[in-house]
Amino acid sequence: MAYDAHPGITPSRPVQSVDIAIIGAGPAGMAAAIAARRHGASVALFDEQPATGGQIYRGITQVTSARLDILGPDYGEGATLASSFATSGARHLAGAAVWQVTSERLVHFLQEGRVQSLQANAVLLCTGAMERPFPIPGWTLPGVLTAGAAQIMLKGSGMAPTSPAVLAGCGPLLYLLGWQYVRAGVPIAAIVDTTDGGDYRRAIRHVAGALAGWQYLKKGLELMATLKKAGVPFYKGATNLHVLGKDSATGIGFESGGMSRTIDTSLVLLHQGVVPNTQFSWSLRAGHIWDEVQLCWSPVTSKWGELDVPGVYVAGDGGGIGGARVAALQGEISGLAAAAQCGHLPLATRDQLAAPLRADIRKNLSIRPFLDALYQPKKANRVPADGTIVCRCEEVTAGDIRSYVELGCTGPNQAKSFGRCGMGPCQGRQCGLTVTEVIADARGVPPTEIGYFRIRPPIKPITLGELAREA
Amino acid sequence: MPTDSLFKPLPLAGRPETVSVTLNGSALQVPVGTSVAAGLLSAGVKRFRNSPVSGEPRAPFCMMGVCFECLLDIDGAPNRQSCLVELKEGMVIRTQDGMRDLLVGLDESAQNGRNQHGV
Amino acid sequence: MRSNVSMENSDLIVIGGGLVGSALAYGAARQGAKVTLLDEGDQAFRASRGNFGLVWVQGKGYGMTPYARWTRSSASLWPTLAGLLQEETGVDVHLQQPGGFCFCFSDAELEERRSKMQAIQDELQGDYPFQMMTSLEVVDRVPAIGRDVVGASYTPMDGHTNPLKLLRALHAANLKHGVNYVSGQAAREITCQGDGGERRFTVAGRFQAPRVVLAAGLGNRDLAEQLGIHAPVVPNRGQVLVGERTARFLDYPTLNVRQTDEGTIQLGDSMEEVGFNDNVTTDVLANIAQRGVRTFPVLSSLRLVRAWGALRVMSPDGFPIYQESVKYPGAFVTTCHSGVTLAAAHAFRVAPWITGSAVKPAEIEVFAGDRFMNPNYQPSHAH
Repeated sequence: MAYDAHPGITPSRPVQSVDIAIIGAGPAGMAAAIAARRHGASVALFDEQPATGGQIYRGITQVTSARLDILGPDYGEGATLASSFATSGARHLAGAAVWQVTSERLVHFLQEGRVQSLQANAVLLCTGAMERPFPIPGWTLPGVLTAGAAQIMLKGSGMAPTSPAVLAGCGPLLYLLGWQYVRAGVPIAAIVDTTDGGDYRRAIRHVAGALAGWQYLKKGLELMATLKKAGVPFYKGATNLHVLGKDSATGIGFESGGMSRTIDTSLVLLHQGVVPNTQFSWSLRAGHIWDEVQLCWSPVTSKWGELDVPGVYVAGDGGGIGGARVAALQGEISGLAAAAQCGHLPLATRDQLAAPLRADIRKNLSIRPFLDALYQPKKANRVPADGTIVCRCEEVTAGDIRSYVELGCTGPNQAKSFGRCGMGPCQGRQCGLTVTEVIADARGVPPTEIGYFRIRPPIKPITLGELAREA
Repeated sequence: MPTDSLFKPLPLAGRPETVSVTLNGSALQVPVGTSVAAGLLSAGVKRFRNSPVSGEPRAPFCMMGVCFECLLDIDGAPNRQSCLVELKEGMVIRTQDGMRDLLVGLDESAQNGRNQHGV
Repeated sequence: MRSNVSMENSDLIVIGGGLVGSALAYGAARQGAKVTLLDEGDQAFRASRGNFGLVWVQGKGYGMTPYARWTRSSASLWPTLAGLLQEETGVDVHLQQPGGFCFCFSDAELEERRSKMQAIQDELQGDYPFQMMTSLEVVDRVPAIGRDVVGASYTPMDGHTNPLKLLRALHAANLKHGVNYVSGQAAREITCQGDGGERRFTVAGRFQAPRVVLAAGLGNRDLAEQLGIHAPVVPNRGQVLVGERTARFLDYPTLNVRQTDEGTIQLGDSMEEVGFNDNVTTDVLANIAQRGVRTFPVLSSLRLVRAWGALRVMSPDGFPIYQESVKYPGAFVTTCHSGVTLAAAHAFRVAPWITGSAVKPAEIEVFAGDRFMNPNYQPSHAH
């Protein structure tokens, strides 16, 4: 072992500090920065992208009116936020990859090949959401992307499929993408929808909430009507999805309406909802709960978004899926709380300002139970058959994981040590939820008892040389 | 744009401006204002790397930096998430075929410079 | 309440399903003992999941010759262990024993190393092959070595294995041999009933056997008290960096850098006394990174995939504790922080002692926990 361990610790260098460090330049991060700046707090906002907007408002600072027209009015809302942020006086660290946030609120980041750290009094994790894994046979083939990826191509680069793509899965984002393609005149091979009658029946129970969020509902219905009118082939209640092809996708097979079907395509766009991006909150060992409805982990927070790690907050989809508007409202609330924590406004003012925002959040969340019920991803697409790859990086299948359970693995960390699932470059982002659910299913216990991977830095890649330079 | 590329720019504002990069030594014209990953996809690149476990071909999946499938060697730096790198004129890009060989490019003179401790 | 619980009887209860416990269970089961192996859950500290995988001999036992002998014995038995596990489970633990290096960065460091190795060799009457190498000699075997390295100590005795595969193989082998593996079972209470041949130990009110061995790592401290054994182990944190897979660049294990069978690169390590805290810290990781880049400059652009910290099970002098309880014969404690290197000795030499079919191996006579109760005990530390 360490016979020659390095003696001593390097003398601490003076580190720059800031009141509030915000990770993520999406609606939550921008809104938090704006609110905190309004009360005089110093703010540094980090994002890997060169411009603000996060994923949902990706490309908003560069968007043309033609593209705005295709993407729709919701997307356009991001423009106001982005311009308010630009004039807020917050320091924007673009192209900065945060690779560690410590529980002492030291933010370590990499920007233009240089490693630096920033000490904050409060850290706001506004890392948003990412696509839920969709493990079906063939999902690792070139030519299979997420619907979110296709939207990023559209928003960020103004690009669309060359030949008709298949959109497969469920959830508002899938249909939104289809709608955007229709508006752009891009032909769609088909929408293969996994939503079935049972989902509608379950969702109907929440129709009161849906009606309370009637604007969302209206938008959704209009969207579907446009798709139908455009004659996009629609397959409902699709099961047994699998991507065909050897070195790249050549088509998708599935069952629908009692028949087996195959659609030829070189581009399959998968989507079955989004889930919170919890890498940072897990790495801080913050408490998380398993959300039985959204089927994902959510960090446990106070009503101000504070984790059980003092001074660290979560706002936006990173704390639970609520959508862009809710994210902005939550960001504003957490921004106020962080500014108050740093002494920039009295608690009473903070409470007063937050109250109407909370009411707004409640209103905007009223549609969620309906949507969550209607578009709950199917078990077969979350707990796949033995032969399907679960961990893309290390190519560990569901069957492999089940065999570790038989060997006595009780949870994802033991499974990780037995089979390397979760040890690859993505550090469990693409497989973590699946691994938890596969083990829960194999052991016959709820996911909440299984837990999640132990997440460690570096949260984003850093080279040995870059890290060595911090010494 | 090649007809077998997966994505192409929408004809919104006329022909997009393109720049020249090299991929595995061959010149490629790709649109500006995109990430390297998006640009290469639109230029018809189907395979970005091989899985180090099975050797199977891989290509971008999420386009937002959470899947690590789009790894490329860009201007000599390996394992760059190409969906997070802005494409620039003249970039030298290589697909990642197999695992990195650290011993390639070991400096001969560095080895010779060890004579002070040769005894 | 007890009378309502049906007892699960066996010949031996092993408390702790890590590398130490699993190896002991394996050794005992191979001898035909009926073994119950109790293990904690997924979130436990598990030193077994956080180690370097070295099967390491050089430098150990400086000032404590029995430990040098014990370690050598285990290293020489390792091929047998690896072979049996492969045969019985199909899992290849990738044991390689090509010899290993400890690099030095200054002439003073090199000389200190040389004198330490020489002292051990002298104690063993020359039965301890090692070679001090110049940097040119090192370059021959390790082409990627950096120019900051002025020399190294090399012995042919050293090697490495895949510790995660080892644990998995032991698990599988134990199941095959009929070991009753009970996971998610923390053991808090051990009681003893009866005397002599009728003595029985009861664990967690449910498992009963005439023999019990504590292999619970840091948990041994408290459990050992219940059995009248002194095992004052404390946590000692080590941090490790893991880099991406690359084509093979390093054929030998070295003390601070090794390339695994899968091609990933591991860099360590450190020793800190921070209590039960297995988090990583940037300052230590940066030091490890710096040392790694000094040793192998080609690693500068290596992408780091993961960093982890794990808690070694450390006794006050750094040497193992192997003891049978005087007050409760049949109860044993086994603890060390080299569970990988000593796995073979645990399976083939400690297990028979614990099952009662062999005497305590001579080399480990000196490793009773009681030695720490002697105020005059002053060994030179294992490190």
